[in-house]
Amino acid sequence: MQTTIHSLKKGQKAIILDFDIDVIPLKLLEMGCLPGNEVELLQIAPLGDPLYLNINGSHLAIRIETAKLINVELIKNKQK
Amino acid sequence: MSLKNINVALIGNPNVGKTSVFNQLTGLNQQVGNYPGITVEKKMGFCKLPNNIKANILDLPGTYSLNASSIDESVVIELLLNKNDRLYPDVALVVTDVENLKRNLLLYTQIKDLEIPTILVINMADRMEHKGISLDIPYLEEHLKTKIALISSRKGYGIEELKNLIVSYKTISSEPCLNASIIDAEYFNSLRQAFPNQLLYKLWLVITQDVNFLNLERNEIRSSFTKSHSDLKRLQQKETIKRYQFINDVLKVGLKIDSSVAKDFRSKLDRILTHKIWGYVIFFLILFVIFQSIFQWSKIPMDFIDSTFATLSTLAGEHLPPGMLTDLISQGIIPGIGGILIFIPQIAFLFLFISILEESGYMSRVVFLMDKIMRRFGLSGKSVVPLISGTACAIPAIMATRNIENWKERLITILVTPFTTCSARLPVYAIIIGLVIPDTYVLGILNVQGLTLMLLYVIGFGTAILAAYILNIILKVKGKTFFVVEMPNYKLPMFKNVAINVIEKTKAFVFGAGKIILAISVILWFLASYGPGKQFKNAEKIILENTKAHPLSPIEFNNAVASQKLENSYIGLMGKTIEPVISPLGYDWKIGIAIISSFAAREVFVGTLATIYSVGGSDNENTIKNKMAAEVNPVTGEKIFNFASGISLLMFYAFAMQCASTLAITKKETNSWKWPAGQLVFMSSLAYIVALIAFQILK
Repeated sequence: MQTTIHSLKKGQKAIILDFDIDVIPLKLLEMGCLPGNEVELLQIAPLGDPLYLNINGSHLAIRIETAKLINVELIKNKQK
Repeated sequence: MSLKNINVALIGNPNVGKTSVFNQLTGLNQQVGNYPGITVEKKMGFCKLPNNIKANILDLPGTYSLNASSIDESVVIELLLNKNDRLYPDVALVVTDVENLKRNLLLYTQIKDLEIPTILVINMADRMEHKGISLDIPYLEEHLKTKIALISSRKGYGIEELKNLIVSYKTISSEPCLNASIIDAEYFNSLRQAFPNQLLYKLWLVITQDVNFLNLERNEIRSSFTKSHSDLKRLQQKETIKRYQFINDVLKVGLKIDSSVAKDFRSKLDRILTHKIWGYVIFFLILFVIFQSIFQWSKIPMDFIDSTFATLSTLAGEHLPPGMLTDLISQGIIPGIGGILIFIPQIAFLFLFISILEESGYMSRVVFLMDKIMRRFGLSGKSVVPLISGTACAIPAIMATRNIENWKERLITILVTPFTTCSARLPVYAIIIGLVIPDTYVLGILNVQGLTLMLLYVIGFGTAILAAYILNIILKVKGKTFFVVEMPNYKLPMFKNVAINVIEKTKAFVFGAGKIILAISVILWFLASYGPGKQFKNAEKIILENTKAHPLSPIEFNNAVASQKLENSYIGLMGKTIEPVISPLGYDWKIGIAIISSFAAREVFVGTLATIYSVGGSDNENTIKNKMAAEVNPVTGEKIFNFASGISLLMFYAFAMQCASTLAITKKETNSWKWPAGQLVFMSSLAYIVALIAFQILK
């Protein structure tokens, strides 16, 4: 299922598909936020923003406004 | 054989333990300065290597890549692009964290493209077993074209091997480990043909970065090879992907993680520390402990320093031959030095707490926790770090705003940071609180003086936040908004790192501020010991005549002469001139002198009072605090330092912008006089108004 990082639930993992290169900071790319890499939502800050992610092994936090711009494909859970 | 020292540059991402490696290599053999013209901290150290070889170690600011987004990061690029720089490294050490090897290697591949001999330092090796990590070192060395030092700066192993590698730096490969130019072969080929003598990656950095490098050529390179911003960024993305592909391929064989062994301590701690209730409770509890303890713990050493200098001053006065020089020493220089040294306990404690919070990785959690709240006030979660560091000193705090990506959020943070209670305000607060607030306890354990101090910190933070809120509405500044913060692993702070940090910061503060304080103390002593006109010259005669009817005892007589002299000295006349302006705030002309002299640096206030009261009184055995407590208004007979004037002074110093260094740093960081001028006018008027209201209500 295709969605954005913003709509992930805590603990969900997804694969990064694409994003608008002109609005995503280079620094985020360098931290490993690149198409094909895995992202996991670890924590949501108490007031709902920012989001604490594990992207490609890097632990970092970004704001929702940035998270909305990154399209991802959910990895299906093995349960069920 | 040449005896030239080897130049070694330490390069690495933030949070990889680069500073601990630096400390391990250099011990206390280090110097902290600034890069010329900018305020980026420059840390140099010296290291003895085997075979009698010596090395200069340069600890470069932490950076995620060679694509700079702040001046700290530009420093790294500018040095590495300039072969003629005195500090240009003979060998680069890229420090990485074994747990974040993939991301850390990105920077490594960039450094390799600059064709500098590079040693790969893999730090935190002591955690490998814990995390189920194993490395194939020979494989990695072969494919990354380097030598690897597997070390633990925490446990101190691997350092000797690293030193041996540095000695043999000439045998280390300076070849790039991948060819990134294939991302746009045509473009890079023509670039190579146009500048056959330059390194391709250097040219690429010059095209994409704002760095000072070969200025003449830069325009030439840019004009013929420029691309649209968007095209350049697309290429940079391709470059980054290319580099990660290479890294992933190498690590697939060279790095194995057995995740069944890994113990996940981080997520458990994260769950508590960023919890929606406990997270905030813990944060405020930590702040509370810091401020309560700073006042309590520093009290004993501060009292000790205060009384020691009072005694020294007396001894000097009694035992040196009488004369002007002795007066200068006992009344100008000794109290002046005491006024500097009395800072040390509180500053050291503040830096101790701040460096523990930073080292442990907790500070990033606070950023995460506070971002949404801070944004409502036009600040960023990252503003929390400057605001907390501001409790030590606004200067490093304003420098710490550099990692705030959004210009408006950064500007607001810079403008409001001086409201937080810096350590220069502490001695002023400490002495006034000691004078006008009773030393009693409420609820059995809470010290009222400590609570007052805490309240002043709250007022400082509160005003900063409120000012930010107003600035956020007023300021119309456009800027890109984005926010990326790394959440590092939790680490037990290393004693050595914390200790060195505390020593360095305290030293810098004492010597930096100390020079000003000492100079001002000496000038003050002169201004207080000499005066124009007959009122000063004939002080003794005048007193004698005035008291003809009721002759004074010798002690009373001396005191009367001394205060007649002070009142008519140069400084006394200055204080008297501004008295009408400050008397509505509850201050007399002596406090006026202290306010004038502390205009460039608040901490001078206490030193000034020390000097004034040392000159004014003949009874040297008292401490400054006792002398201040004994001051009475000659007209009303009321104490000068009473509750109303004390609170008024506290308010004045809470808000007034009395720090020339902060104004200078604001000018440097904002590149305009407009912002520091605004700070000065706004803060000083606010201080006057609030102090006026406080005194008029309380008197």
